[in-house]
Amino acid sequence: MDFLSYLVSGISLGSIYALIALGYTMVYGIAKMLNFAHGDIIMVGGYVIFTLCTTMGMPTPVGIIGSVLVCTILGVVIERVAYKPLRKATSLAVLITAIGVSYFLQNAALLIFGSGTKSFTSVVSIPALHLFDGALVISGETIVTIIVSVIIMVVLSLFINKTKPGRAMLAVSEDRGAAQLMGVNVNGTITLTFAIGSALAAIAGALLCSAYPALSPTTGAMPGIKAFTAAVFGGIGSIPGAMIGGILLGVIENLSKGYISTQLSDTIVFCVLIIVLLVKPTGLFGKKIDEKV
Amino acid sequence: MALLSVKNLGIQFGGLRAVDEFNLEIEKGELYGLIGPNGAGKTTVFNMLTGVYKPTAGEIVLDGKNITGKKQIEINKLGVARTFQNIRLFSQMSVLDNVKAGLHNQYKYSTISGIFRIPTYFKTEKKMNDRALELLRVFDLQDEADFLASNLPYGKQRKLEIARALATNPKLLLLDEPAAGMNPNETAELMDTIKFVRKEFDMTILLIEHDMRLVSGICEKLTVLNFGKVLAQGKTSEVLSNPEVITAYLGE
Repeated sequence: MDFLSYLVSGISLGSIYALIALGYTMVYGIAKMLNFAHGDIIMVGGYVIFTLCTTMGMPTPVGIIGSVLVCTILGVVIERVAYKPLRKATSLAVLITAIGVSYFLQNAALLIFGSGTKSFTSVVSIPALHLFDGALVISGETIVTIIVSVIIMVVLSLFINKTKPGRAMLAVSEDRGAAQLMGVNVNGTITLTFAIGSALAAIAGALLCSAYPALSPTTGAMPGIKAFTAAVFGGIGSIPGAMIGGILLGVIENLSKGYISTQLSDTIVFCVLIIVLLVKPTGLFGKKIDEKV
Repeated sequence: MALLSVKNLGIQFGGLRAVDEFNLEIEKGELYGLIGPNGAGKTTVFNMLTGVYKPTAGEIVLDGKNITGKKQIEINKLGVARTFQNIRLFSQMSVLDNVKAGLHNQYKYSTISGIFRIPTYFKTEKKMNDRALELLRVFDLQDEADFLASNLPYGKQRKLEIARALATNPKLLLLDEPAAGMNPNETAELMDTIKFVRKEFDMTILLIEHDMRLVSGICEKLTVLNFGKVLAQGKTSEVLSNPEVITAYLGE
């Protein structure tokens, strides 16, 4: 029964990683850059909900919608201001800029909200589920997280594979030049990618802060790194890869916490990443691209 | 008035003048050939016509509009579409989706309706599907609609590229070596396809080609480019019997 309980909460944590990893992987696939500020969007989302609901006393749905809106706009603004001017720069310059944006967001939060940990009120109000005469308790947060994540992943897959903007995203990720010559607006497509990624990060933020209700300026850093790991694990640039990679990572982390050691769980997670990259450098779903000679 | 009128077009890369004093007039409905030795600057001309390169001199006028130095997307919207010397399909997308990517600007619905899948989305997607299948049928590719583009045989990939370019609803279609790597049978079939496209879509076509049978078989007019400069220009039969062209390009 312990195993089931670890597994379910692992899947729940993994779903959050997957939502964040989707943002990493989509941006990488389409803009060919690693947006290391992505994790901090989660933290911003958390603070927006905290401000709206706890400080200003507005109802939870308003908080969530507000957080999604703020994060989406923030993602687009960051892309326009920090990354768009560097479209033709080296990838190293873009990477350093992304790290800079990450520090900027963390320190801005530090300035506005202070360094103290805020206690976050869960956005989930459904009761926990008691199964097998109370031997297995699944919290409301866990249930909502899994359901919401599944819905988002299905909708996102349909959006990317079955709609016009989705097709434009796929086309740009494959051959930016050819897509442009077929009339696809590349800048618009990249903006849309950042908007979707940031909206997903806002939702992930709400779910994460509900499950682990402590909010500080560095809240987004660790989940961000883990989600990046998940994206690489699944094969960066691959959308199913990010979903599966995220969930696997969450499960591995939780099982290591349960059976091996709480302190070592992060170490184990990152060891798994190293092993995967040694055995299959492109990640689980990554495609090997052979250079034509 | 000519559909495409190019005056004194030139581009310089550092100290190298890749194309210089290039002039070209193409009337609506014409099938025009651009030939010349390797490195003469033919693809560079295509790249300037489609906005990939910004010309350093001269002007390009399409259907009365000056398109010199405009962005690729704008030029495509104004009616220039192209294929590539080395095939550049979206190889991990289906054959149908490649054509639908070309239809991108022909149909409109908002991103929101795509996310929430409201009726407008289904209606517009249905129309796009029908139009894409219609285009595939022209090239006899309808049975392969669900294949990944990379799984098509070479000749069909070339055809799909033309279909994708036509999907953007161009006034002028640029074909960059459409017969490259094809055997004589495939080339003959391609000639029929190009003729058919011209008639069916009332299309003006400019093509780069090395296969002289294709060029002399379907092009009405030719421009010969050598070292970035126009060597000869005019009716196909006249150009091909021009002694200078024979020495520079065709060989005795």
